Amino acid sequence: MMSEKTIELKNISKVYPGVRALDTINFEIGRGEVHCLVGQNGCGKSTLIKIMSGVEKPEPGAEIYINGELCKHLNSHISMSKGVQVIYQDLSLFSNLTVKENIAFRDNIRKKSLFVNWKEVDKIARKALELIDVDIDINAKVGTLSIAQQQLVEIAKALTGDLSLLILDEPTASLTGKEVRSLFRVITNLKNKGISILFVSHKLNEIFEIAEKVTVMRDGKIIGDFTPSELDHDRLVYLMTGMRELYKQPKPIGNDYEVVMEARNLSKNKNYKDISFKLKKGEILGITGLLGSGRTELALTLFGMNPYDSGELIFEGKAVKWTSNREACAAGVGYVPEDRLNCGLIMNQSIEDNLTITTIKSYLSRFGLINSGERLKALNTKVKELGIKFSMPEAAVKTLSGGNSQKVVLAKWLLVNPKVLILDEPTIGIDVIAKNSIHTLIKSLAENGMSIIMISDEVQEVLQNCHRILVMSKGRIVFEFTPDQITDKELLEKFNLA
Amino acid sequence: MKNYLRGILKKNEFYLFMIMVLMVIVMSAINPNFGTLENGFDILRGTTFIGICSMGFLVVLITGGTDISFTATATVAQYIMALLMVSNPNIPVVFVILVPMVIGAVLGSVNALLINRLKVPVIIITIAMLNTYYGAIQFFSEGEWLYNFPEWFADFPRILLITFKNEDGVAYGLTSLTAIWILVALVTSVLLRFTMLGRKIYALGGNQTAAGREGIHVNRIRIFAHSFLGLIAGIGAIVHAMVTQTAAPNAIVGQEFNAVAAVVLGGASIAGGGGSVLGTLLGVLLIATLKNGLTVMGVPAYWHQVFIGLTLVISISVTAIREKMAKKNAGGINVES
Repeated sequence: MMSEKTIELKNISKVYPGVRALDTINFEIGRGEVHCLVGQNGCGKSTLIKIMSGVEKPEPGAEIYINGELCKHLNSHISMSKGVQVIYQDLSLFSNLTVKENIAFRDNIRKKSLFVNWKEVDKIARKALELIDVDIDINAKVGTLSIAQQQLVEIAKALTGDLSLLILDEPTASLTGKEVRSLFRVITNLKNKGISILFVSHKLNEIFEIAEKVTVMRDGKIIGDFTPSELDHDRLVYLMTGMRELYKQPKPIGNDYEVVMEARNLSKNKNYKDISFKLKKGEILGITGLLGSGRTELALTLFGMNPYDSGELIFEGKAVKWTSNREACAAGVGYVPEDRLNCGLIMNQSIEDNLTITTIKSYLSRFGLINSGERLKALNTKVKELGIKFSMPEAAVKTLSGGNSQKVVLAKWLLVNPKVLILDEPTIGIDVIAKNSIHTLIKSLAENGMSIIMISDEVQEVLQNCHRILVMSKGRIVFEFTPDQITDKELLEKFNLA
Repeated sequence: MKNYLRGILKKNEFYLFMIMVLMVIVMSAINPNFGTLENGFDILRGTTFIGICSMGFLVVLITGGTDISFTATATVAQYIMALLMVSNPNIPVVFVILVPMVIGAVLGSVNALLINRLKVPVIIITIAMLNTYYGAIQFFSEGEWLYNFPEWFADFPRILLITFKNEDGVAYGLTSLTAIWILVALVTSVLLRFTMLGRKIYALGGNQTAAGREGIHVNRIRIFAHSFLGLIAGIGAIVHAMVTQTAAPNAIVGQEFNAVAAVVLGGASIAGGGGSVLGTLLGVLLIATLKNGLTVMGVPAYWHQVFIGLTLVISISVTAIREKMAKKNAGGINVES
C-alpha cells in the first residue's frame, strides 16, 4: 500500500556555523502534487532541498519519511534509490556525449556492467523521452541542444529510475515563454503518472500557473502552506519578505526633453528590421518580446558590438555607425548584458577589479601605475550608493549573491556615468527584495538625467518601471505604448508573450 | 544513407584522411621513391613508439587531464628492464615484459595520486614528475648506455607478419612491433567505446561536477587513466629498446610533444571530453608521413619541426573556423515573415 505522501519531513533543523539555516521545519508533499517552494535567497530553500536529496544531514531529532518509510540515515544514494531526483539549475549533463548516453548513464552505472550495451542505451533513451512525450534526436550531442532541450534530457534521465519526487531548482530561469509552456506540459504529464513535483522559482506568475500548493519560507522557517487561490502577487511578496511591496511609477518626463538617441529604420540581416524609436533624456524605455525577437541583437547594435546594415542611428544629434563597443563607450553608452556570469563579470577576479574595470585608466598615476587609493575611493562611493554587501573588496565576484553581483555590474557602468544605459534582463534570477532595490536605483538614475533602455521578458517589470514600452517580435517593433494604455494580461494575450 | 554520408563529412577524421591522401599524392609526384609500399611500412615502423604512447596520452587527455611525464616514465622502465637483461641474460621473457609495464603503471598512478591530492594545475605536476623521474635515472645510470641484450630480444622485432620482397631481394613488411601498436590501438578503442570505464572517462572530461553527482568515482578514474598511460609507456619502452637494441637514459625524453601534437592533430579536445583512437592514429601517421616525405625530398631535418608546427596551426585553425561557421549558420531571426 503506497503512502499518500511522497515525502514527509518532521522537526528538521540545520545549523551551519553561525547560522540557523532551518528551524524545526515540518514539510510534506502529497502524491502527484505540484508543490512550489518560494522564498528569498538565503531563506533556507536550498538547504531544505539538500536535506531531501540526502546531500546534507539534518540535526538530530529529525524524521524523514519517503513513500511512508522512515529513512534514518539518508544519503544521496539512498535518496536517489528511493526515487527522489533533483534537477539542479546548472544541469548535470555531459555536453560532449549524445542525448541517449546522457539519459542512460545513471542506469548503466547502476547495473555495474563492464561493457556498454548500445542497443539497450538506445531503448532506455527512447522510452524515457516517450514518457514525457518529447521529440529530441537521441544521437545529437547534448552540447548542441538549447538549454530548454537539455533540461528535458535531464528530466528524461531522472525517469530512467523509479521516480517519485522530482525537484526542479529554478528550471525556468533561462527558458523562453514557449519553452516554459512545454516544460509545464511535461510537469502535468508527470503529475498524472503519480509523480510529485517540487518546483522552486523566483517568477511568481509561473507559480500561480502551475502550483497546487505553495509553501512560503522566510529566515529558515516555513511561513505557511497555501493554495494559489488564497494568494495574489502582492500577498505572496508580503509573505516572502515581510514587507508590503511599494511600486512607484517613474516620474513623468516633460515633452520638451531633448532626444539623446534615435534609431531610423535600422535593419540588419537575420537580426532585426525597420527599427525606429526615440529615446529622450531621463527616459526609461522598455523593450519586451520573446527570446529570439531580436531585442538582444538590437541592444548590441546600440552598444556598437553588432553593426547595422542600413538605416540611421543618431546619438546626440550626430549620425553614428559604431563598429566596436569602445566607440560606443567613449560616446557615453553603457551595457549590462543578460548573461552576467559569462559576459558581465570576470568571476574569479575581485569585486574591486570588476567594479573599476571600466574606469581603470582614470586611476593611473603619472608613471602609468594604478593609484590604489583613488581606485578604492571610487569603489567605496558606488558600494555605498548601491548598497552592495560583501566581505572585502579583494574577494572574488563569484562569492557574491545574484543581486549583489548584478549591482557590481551596474556600479561599474555608473562609474563611467553614461548618457544611455542599456540593461538587458537586469533582474533575471534575482530575488524580490534585490529586484526591488535595482528597480528603485534605475528610476533614480533616470530622474538624474540618464536615459535607460530596459529589456525584459517579464511584462510586469517593464510595465512598472518604464515610461514607454516597445514590443518586439521576429526582429520588428510591433507595438509601442505607455503603461497606462494596457494591462499586463491584455499585453500577454495580445502578443502571445506568455 | 545520405545522412550517414553527411555525418562522415562532419567528422574531423575524414578531413585528416583527405589531407593525408593529398600529401601522399603530392610527395609521390615529387619523388617516386616516396609512394612505395616499402616506404609505407618504413613509416609505420619508425613511428611505432610515438604511436603506442599517443594511445595512452589520448586517454588521459579525454579525462580532461594531461601528463607529459610519460617519456620519463618510459625511460625509467626501459633502463630497469635493460639492467635486468644485462645482469642476467637468462631472465624469463615474461619478466622482461612485465617489469617495465608494472613500473610504468606505478609511476603513472603516483602522478594521479599527486593530482588528486594537491589539486594544482596538472601540467605543473607532470612537468615536475618528468624532471624528477628523468633526473633520478640520469643520476643512477650515470648516463651509461646499456646493450648486449639476449638473442630473442634482437630476433623478435625482425619477425614480419606480412612479407614482401623488394627488387634487391630484401624482405620487408608489417613488423611484429607495428602489430603491437595495432593491438594497443584496438584495446584502447574497445576500452573507450564499449566499456563503462571508457564512457566514464569521457563523462569525467565532459563535466566533472556532473560526473561526481552521477556517482562516478572521479579520483579512481583519474588514477586508472594515468596508470594506463604509464603502462602503455612501459610497452612503448620495450618496443623502443627492441628497435634501437640499446637503453640510453637520454634517448626518449624530448619526444613527448610529438605524441601531444599527434593526439591534438587527431581531433582530441585539450579541454577534455573528446577524441578518438582513429583520429589519433591518423594524427600520428600524418606527422610521420610528413617527416618521412620531407626526408625523402631532401629537406634538412631542422625544417621538419617547422612543418609539423605549421601543420598543427593550420589544422587547429580549420577546426576553429568550421566551428565558427556552424555557429553563424545556426543563429539568426527570420525578419521577413
